[in-house]
Amino acid sequence: MPQLNIVQAINDALRTEMRRDPTVVVMGEDVGVNGGVFRVTENLYKEFGPDRSIDTPLSEAGIVGTAIGMAINGLKPVAEIQFDGFLPPAFDQIISHAARICWRSRGRFHVPIVIRAPYGGGIRAPEYHSESPEAYYAHTPGLKVVIPSNPYDAKGLLIAAIRDPDPVIYLEPKRLYRAFRAEVPEGDYIVPIGKARIAHEGSHVTLIAWGAMIPVALGAAEKMAAQNVSVEVIDLRTIVPLDVETVIESVKKTGRVVILHEAPRTCGFGAELAALVNDKAFEYLQAPIVRVTGFDTFIPQARLEDYYLPDVGRCLKGIEKVLSY
Amino acid sequence: MAAKVTLQRESLVPFIQILGPDGMANPNDVVELGLKPHDFKALYRWMVLARTFDERALALQRQGRLGTYAPLLGQEAAQVGSAYALKPEDWVFPSYREHAVLAMRGQSWLQLFTYWGGNEEGNRIPEGMRNFMICVPIATQILHATGAAWAAKLKGEKSCAIVYFGDGATSEGDFHEGLNFAGVFKVPVVFFCQNNQYAISVPRTRQTASETLAQKALAYGFEGVQVDGNDVFAVYKVTRDALEKARAGGGPTLIEAVTYRLTHHTTADDWTRYRPAEEVEMWKQKDPIKRLRLYLEKQGLWSEQDEAKLLEEAKAEIAQAVAQYEALPKRDVEDIFKYMYAEMPWNLKEQLQELKDYLAEHGGDLPHE
Repeated sequence: MPQLNIVQAINDALRTEMRRDPTVVVMGEDVGVNGGVFRVTENLYKEFGPDRSIDTPLSEAGIVGTAIGMAINGLKPVAEIQFDGFLPPAFDQIISHAARICWRSRGRFHVPIVIRAPYGGGIRAPEYHSESPEAYYAHTPGLKVVIPSNPYDAKGLLIAAIRDPDPVIYLEPKRLYRAFRAEVPEGDYIVPIGKARIAHEGSHVTLIAWGAMIPVALGAAEKMAAQNVSVEVIDLRTIVPLDVETVIESVKKTGRVVILHEAPRTCGFGAELAALVNDKAFEYLQAPIVRVTGFDTFIPQARLEDYYLPDVGRCLKGIEKVLSY
Repeated sequence: MAAKVTLQRESLVPFIQILGPDGMANPNDVVELGLKPHDFKALYRWMVLARTFDERALALQRQGRLGTYAPLLGQEAAQVGSAYALKPEDWVFPSYREHAVLAMRGQSWLQLFTYWGGNEEGNRIPEGMRNFMICVPIATQILHATGAAWAAKLKGEKSCAIVYFGDGATSEGDFHEGLNFAGVFKVPVVFFCQNNQYAISVPRTRQTASETLAQKALAYGFEGVQVDGNDVFAVYKVTRDALEKARAGGGPTLIEAVTYRLTHHTTADDWTRYRPAEEVEMWKQKDPIKRLRLYLEKQGLWSEQDEAKLLEEAKAEIAQAVAQYEALPKRDVEDIFKYMYAEMPWNLKEQLQELKDYLAEHGGDLPHE
């Protein structure tokens, strides 16, 4: 089985679906001839040509807005927004239209588009290139929000997203793009949207994370194992729809919860998770839920970003806090 | 010696008019339309029907029987003339004032009353019909139309898209992005701007310093044309030509139909706050329906009896739709949750149950305060 990194796995997913389904088109800035600034769409232009691997004008609302129209008329566009920080110009088209068209039309029109964007910090990028905006999209009904953490999931989730009849925001952890390789099956397979993964089994603490925070969570679990504390790491894989069952089952087993995310704390998706655990498993809790997150600031540039991003040390502090309550 | 600079004050785009406010037209121009007397009568009939619907909708809103409504009074020719040029396989992306267009495309008056009565079922476009839903945010549908037409081109279909918007929409970013994409990819789309002179209270001159709206097309690399929006013949002609060009692979066109909203922006608006009565009176002299009637009468195609019969039929048709609208069944609260996703996720199922339980505790409906 080939060993691929996340960039290659996403590329493989796109090629696989474009070969299988002639209505799938890739569109965005620099995605054609150049193969994408991260090379995610490398060689698609060569194989599928300019009508299916489309270099668009520099226009995020234009990309998403026309993708919506294409979807209404029978295509399945996969639109790339080059960086997380450039999603806001397309925000209106995403929340007022892509998310809302199925509901407004009473199911007559579906918008089977995928909006891909690299997200998150840790690569010493310029300003506006390191944001974690998942909560905005999770708050808008009608969207699905998918965030892979490894090559296998990246491919299987993207194929599932392209086939999904609803609009999917697919956020790619750019810090992990080339961080490691893993076995990725050739050809076509799916990782279902809405199913979390137990990344590390444990019984004392539940640590919930996604995307680029998974290696941090696993690092913390490993350190705690050395102290005979068994941490269960849940990789959500999908923020919306959330696999609430896997989360609640784990909480019932451990009674202690730490939530880890890169985005700012206030109204971050961790707040929603804490509220859900409170609703559905309060009587199992043996300590208040702890959130280890980015701060309620913007993510700083290169020289300070490591101080902002949750690391293994902060994660360990969170775990110790729920254990010592 | 410095070069001599000549300031060009001539318009950058053509202005097309065939039928004047006095009902006079150059016979050759009319022949070139390729329309027959039954077409003239059909155009007239649709305009009268649209105005009858409009009057009735306004009255219903005033009586508390309809929600906030956006009237089309004065814009009948712009809508009927353009929609008459469409083929069923073409896509239509309306704004929120195109009642005549939607009806001509096959949506029922009942459906339009349903929408304006605050019922999402009014947005349920019949299966197979290539109308998109009414668009309330400004200019956003321009991108959807460009995308739909682009898809038609990529799939090798011969269909086009037409998108309706107003003068205010030309100030939005989505207008720029939609026209820009359409120009770059030579998309078979017609941008139909009904310049009715006001975005609620703000006049056209406050939207842009550009002399015309149509000339904005030139910067995107395609043709722009101004048309007398109260002249149903000219509107039909420019729309038909733009659609034919698009079908032949000639790319997009921006049409600016110069017209006037003779009444309020919506039923929540009061036009007397921002424009003089004389201005409205002046535009009433250019009434689109009156001028086609004058033309038909001069051609011996229309009599007092024809007029009386049509008005009676129009009233009956609209009255029947009102009766159906007012007899619509009460809606199920499940409708709030049902169409969010192709399949209902667990959280929506839970929330629907929560609402149902609450209603059940109060005998099946909200408690009376």
